[in-house]
Amino acid sequence: MTGPLLSVQNLRIEATSYPPGEPPRNVVLVEGVSFDLQKGRVLGLIGESGAGKSTIGLSAMAYGRGGVRLTGGRIMLNGRDIRTASAAGLRTLRGHEVTYVAQSAAAAFNPAKKLMEQVVEASLSHRLMTRVEAETRAVDLFRQLGLPNPETIGSRYPHQVSGGQLQRVMTAMALCPKPDLVVFDEPTTALDVTTQIDVLAAIKRAIRETGVAALYITHDLAVVAQVADDIMVLRHGKTVEYGTTDQIINAPVQDYTRALVSVRSKDHPEKPATGTPVLTVDGVTARYPGLALDVLKNVTVSLEAGHTLAVVGESGSGKSTLARAITGLLPPLKGRMTFAGRQLSNGVAGRTKDDLRELQMIYQMADVAMNPRQTVATIIGRPLEFYFGLKGAARDKRVAELLDAIEMGKGFADRYPAELSGGQKQRVCIARALAAKPKLIICDEVTSALDPLVAEGILKLLLDLQAREGVAYLFITHDLATVRAIADSIAVMYRGQVVRYGPKTDVLEPPFDDYTDLLLSSVPEMRLGWLEETLAHRKMESAGN
Amino acid sequence: MKLHPVANLLVQRIALGLLLLLAVSVLIFAGTQLLPGDVAQAILGQSATPQALANLREQLGLNDPAHVRYFRWLGGVLQGDLGKALSNGQDIASAMGGRLWNTMFLAFWAAVISVPLAIMLGLIAVRYQGRWPDKVISAVTLSTISLPEFVVGYIAMFLLAVKYRVFTSVSMVYDGMSFGDRIHAIALPVLVLVLVVLAHMMRMTRAAILNVMQSAYVETAELKGLRPFTIIARHAFPNAIAPIVNVVMLNLAYLVVGVVVVEVVFVYPGMGQFLVDHVAKRDIPVVQACGLVFAAVYIGLNMLADVISILSNPRLRHPK
Repeated sequence: MTGPLLSVQNLRIEATSYPPGEPPRNVVLVEGVSFDLQKGRVLGLIGESGAGKSTIGLSAMAYGRGGVRLTGGRIMLNGRDIRTASAAGLRTLRGHEVTYVAQSAAAAFNPAKKLMEQVVEASLSHRLMTRVEAETRAVDLFRQLGLPNPETIGSRYPHQVSGGQLQRVMTAMALCPKPDLVVFDEPTTALDVTTQIDVLAAIKRAIRETGVAALYITHDLAVVAQVADDIMVLRHGKTVEYGTTDQIINAPVQDYTRALVSVRSKDHPEKPATGTPVLTVDGVTARYPGLALDVLKNVTVSLEAGHTLAVVGESGSGKSTLARAITGLLPPLKGRMTFAGRQLSNGVAGRTKDDLRELQMIYQMADVAMNPRQTVATIIGRPLEFYFGLKGAARDKRVAELLDAIEMGKGFADRYPAELSGGQKQRVCIARALAAKPKLIICDEVTSALDPLVAEGILKLLLDLQAREGVAYLFITHDLATVRAIADSIAVMYRGQVVRYGPKTDVLEPPFDDYTDLLLSSVPEMRLGWLEETLAHRKMESAGN
Repeated sequence: MKLHPVANLLVQRIALGLLLLLAVSVLIFAGTQLLPGDVAQAILGQSATPQALANLREQLGLNDPAHVRYFRWLGGVLQGDLGKALSNGQDIASAMGGRLWNTMFLAFWAAVISVPLAIMLGLIAVRYQGRWPDKVISAVTLSTISLPEFVVGYIAMFLLAVKYRVFTSVSMVYDGMSFGDRIHAIALPVLVLVLVVLAHMMRMTRAAILNVMQSAYVETAELKGLRPFTIIARHAFPNAIAPIVNVVMLNLAYLVVGVVVVEVVFVYPGMGQFLVDHVAKRDIPVVQACGLVFAAVYIGLNMLADVISILSNPRLRHPK
């Protein structure tokens, strides 16, 4: 056959939305998207959340999540239109001609079944091979993807292997039935940066060696630049720009693409030291009740008033535990803390109302950190009442001021969280923290769940507020680009210990210790060939493998 | 040797069950002590002389303090001695043995039919969710659970025993009956019990599986091109076992503990009839014994549900 493997023409996808308090209405998710994918090629689909990239990826399997409907255009796979195929016809192509790798392998594997059972299932149900053949192929794929103990890992349950390994097993599951096309839906987004690079390399190698075609969906342009031959940039369900990877990265035509390419290069000049610490943490050791393992080992850091200390590390390194220790939610076993010149009681019960007020927190998941049945005004007004006794008009006035401070305006006062976008929700959480007039705000991965451009706006807001209000931030993140954009000093954590600590310029200057080197070198850079170069120069394996 | 964490959990769970049973035995004993009336008086009747009453009390140990009597009763129970019936002086354990066996026989066949049927209907309801098979299944099972058992019983009797004479209206069983005759005799009460317990188990199966159907791994299965029923049975059901087992066990317990009405309707010589007869005769020791047996069945089945839930969780069976 000479035509393209997958040819999408003028695709239109719709869904029904149910906005709160309004009648259901039809929304167009994707409109007028067209592309061709040749055998063995990789097309990257990139955009912010809501751009329709996953929806388009799943349309290659003629699948619509929830109430999503493929309402127009043609999706030709191997020469036949799958948009109008019957349910039985779709079953023969799903899991055979096209397979899928999900973002969260931990959720996409059935917790009640052994890995091998799930990896070979599609091959067996489509009668593509015998069980022995399928299992042999699976073990070969496990080996090819660099999994430890390829012979026996299949007899484990999903919860018994790490996140990075599970993502590789999922890739093996997708490749096992020898498909023509694999849809990778953000396969490395949920992983630590140090794990991501290995999984990315494994996926790239597997694609090359099996000669399979792929749709690679991600919001991270630097990641997709490493694996894709072509890239399509999407926004609001429409194509912004479509070209070769080289052209998109090095010579973007559209403004939106240029913004995406440049978003990582923000840098924030470090503030000069003042010598007045707002928080000191001295030799803190902590463990969770019932576990015989120190999750924080002798951590010593300090933070100056009006400055930002970034705490970086991979998941499990103890970053969030440090936040819990500082807030008093997890009283440390050893060590002492001072805050605003006073000794800070280890447990939250022993702290004064001023301690509580001046130490606020913002979380990663803004939508679960707010009561969905309260309006924005109630949410922001609560700390005003609790700490300052403000009521009625005085409270409303202060709420309006705070809404102005987060650049939203008082028109939002009567809205519910469900009526806000992700970035707006995070802004409301910032306003709530600010309402208490804190000296320190702990920001726990506050931009991690947001799209790059939205995250950039939040970081800018935080910096503006810091300049105006003099509030200090303890900024927990795994993302080094974010660190560069906001930090004055940095603490690098690894397995519960601070392995590197100091002013930003010192920490980010060589010579590095092995772990910091690994962490810094693992951050994808927006240029072709970065992945291969980096892997060739590594000194240390990541802990996630 | 260190125990497997699951073994640890199971031992804990079983120990808890036994403790609960002990607590229930205290409650049952205390409850019967609170009842008005005097056992000696009840035995000897209104015309008994004070001397005769005093003698009998002495003889039955009724003058001892309550905790002494409790431990004497418990000691007997632990050795299989449930005491003697007041009404006829029979040994309760041997009198109850046959009745308990009859009830178990009835419950067993009702369970063998209703549990697989309920789960199967639940799976089918999920497969055709919102379409006519789902609606028919829900409508029928909910109607049969909404009617009182005796109404279902009499309707079944009228249709199947009186009108069409397929089964007998009275479920008499006796020693030396052949297995086939026995099954034939209990067909109607089994049918009624099945209709009574079906809906609850079916609805729970449906709800528990629908809950799991939202999971990402069900989407994974769909994207493998599996058949809808395969997805439900192989991927969704194993993750919905715990809530289903809990409801199944509650219903099994009901089949043993709650069959009084059905047994009376069909004049079946089981525990329910036995209990009703002796309540009427104010035979406290028999009522105590029945209460204890029912409590043991109830606690035992719930314990079994917990054990199965624990064993069905791969995170507990195969720790990291």
